Amino acid sequence: MISDKFLYTLFLADNALILGHRNSEWTGHGPNLEQDIAISNIALDLVGQARNLYQYAAEQYNNYRDELSGLITSPAFNQVQGPIDEDDLAYLRDVNEFRNNLLVEQPNGDWAKTILRQFLFSCYQQLLYERMKQSADLQLAAIAEKSLKEVLYHVRWSGEWVIRLGDGTEESKRRMQEAIASLWKFTGELFIAASFEKALASAPTAPAASTGAPGSPMETSLAGLVPAPESLKETWLEKVAGTFRLATLDMPANSWMQQGGKDCIHTEHLGFLLAEMQYLQRAYPGSEW
Amino acid sequence: MNTESVAVTPEEHFQDKVNREVKIEPRDWMPEKYRQTLIRQISQHAHSEIVGMLPEGNWITRAPSLRRKATLIAKVQDEAGHGLYLYSAAETLGISRAEMIDQLHSGKAKYSSIFNYPTLNWADIGAIGWLVDGAAIMNQVPLCRTSYGPYARAMVRICKEESFHQRQGFEILLTLSKGTEAQRRMCQDAINRWWWPSIMMFGPSDDASPHTAQSMKWKIKRISNDELRQKFVDVIAEQVKILGMTLPDEALAWNEARGHYDFGTINWEEFWNVISGNGPCNRERIAARIAAHEEGAWVREAASAFAEKQRQRSGGKDEKAVA
Repeated sequence: MISDKFLYTLFLADNALILGHRNSEWTGHGPNLEQDIAISNIALDLVGQARNLYQYAAEQYNNYRDELSGLITSPAFNQVQGPIDEDDLAYLRDVNEFRNNLLVEQPNGDWAKTILRQFLFSCYQQLLYERMKQSADLQLAAIAEKSLKEVLYHVRWSGEWVIRLGDGTEESKRRMQEAIASLWKFTGELFIAASFEKALASAPTAPAASTGAPGSPMETSLAGLVPAPESLKETWLEKVAGTFRLATLDMPANSWMQQGGKDCIHTEHLGFLLAEMQYLQRAYPGSEW
Repeated sequence: MNTESVAVTPEEHFQDKVNREVKIEPRDWMPEKYRQTLIRQISQHAHSEIVGMLPEGNWITRAPSLRRKATLIAKVQDEAGHGLYLYSAAETLGISRAEMIDQLHSGKAKYSSIFNYPTLNWADIGAIGWLVDGAAIMNQVPLCRTSYGPYARAMVRICKEESFHQRQGFEILLTLSKGTEAQRRMCQDAINRWWWPSIMMFGPSDDASPHTAQSMKWKIKRISNDELRQKFVDVIAEQVKILGMTLPDEALAWNEARGHYDFGTINWEEFWNVISGNGPCNRERIAARIAAHEEGAWVREAASAFAEKQRQRSGGKDEKAVA
């Protein structure tokens, strides 16, 4: 169970970092100054969330090293001496150790694709964090609560753009429809539990003072910490369908869903992203920056 | 009838206000040349902020730690914000942002030549903060008292943020200077490449600066290029010692009699060449700006089309943003 929570924390952190990184690729290249600032701001929020989550993951790793050390096998990571920190997790894991959803690693494409990616993800993140802020794990609950304020803005901002572009010009509608066609298949896995999510979500949360509870104390205190992803799907779909309706956009007909991100099987894009992001840390190991 | 009243021309009235340090505001009468000088200077300044986002933005995706990544995104975002205030200040003089952007893209308007130099290693991000923002602050602090009100007020806000950026830049270099041998080499390499372009940022020598005298009289400008440059050299020559690095100028030496550092001769041929388009990245920078603008055209069109639909739906009343 310790390992499930660690992987779950990494999964949340990876989602925030990779999407934040993608958005930051727009900085300096936005369609106008105001939107350049807005997308950079969202990038900044997400990198900030990622930092909180990686710091928490690093704390878990340092406290339970014996149980967790087998989970990361990348040689660069294993050369770290002493306690690890947020940067070791972000910069020294290999691509097949990242657990983010496939959706967030997809390339920016045009503004329509970037907007849609943000909207689909932020709606999911909102539902997830609204539930997670009630988690018995106080750290996860606190991070969820703090992030939620930002996420609500991301949902509103990206939702407004979905509507504006869907109901804007013929060209903007065509581009939105293309973005839907290219991204929709990556939304399925958001709502399919990976093994670590199943483990954390399945059993009921024990009362806060559970010290005398029967069975393994670790099991009773960790289970039910996070929402089951399937339980978020219906509300998500309603929100997305409602916004598409306002945007005069068609829901996609194709229902095939590609999975793999949470189990570390990614699209080809993530490797290039990490090669760029990680190169300084990899080329100059053990340096302070 | 009072025959003694002195006929005061608008020009004299204007100059009198300037002399008394009363700010000139958008609705006030001003000489056409004053207006044009300000449009040129403020838009050039705005363009510099926007083009300046590119060399630094280069390193956002390669920043070596999450903290550095976040700080760099925030910094480049601040520059976009500065561009916005400055375009707004220039708009009070009767030019639109779209016109100014066209002038940037066509090459009619200039931007600070420093951003035509490439960012080649991570230490360049530190060097830009320390040297380039440092030189900018030296130039900009006197502009907080410039005679045109909207420009002066924009500069107050910008200067606060710039000094924050400068400290961050220095801190990047300080960390590298205390790091491994390879990191110290990065640090020195960046200083070597950014030093001369930075001191060129103060512009041509006073005797070759055509606009200085008039701008001083109008109090748009308050301190001459050479005075500011000297002040900058004096500060940096001391700060570089904290880094344990050197400035790439063999002539740099403290001159007791002058109470200033002497420094070597600036390569003005390079300066004028970079200004006129021959810098290492002039073409790339403008091409990147044009690409962002052109690729954003359909987005801006869609936004206005949608706003227009909203306006019509609400019966011609002012449109409200989508809830």
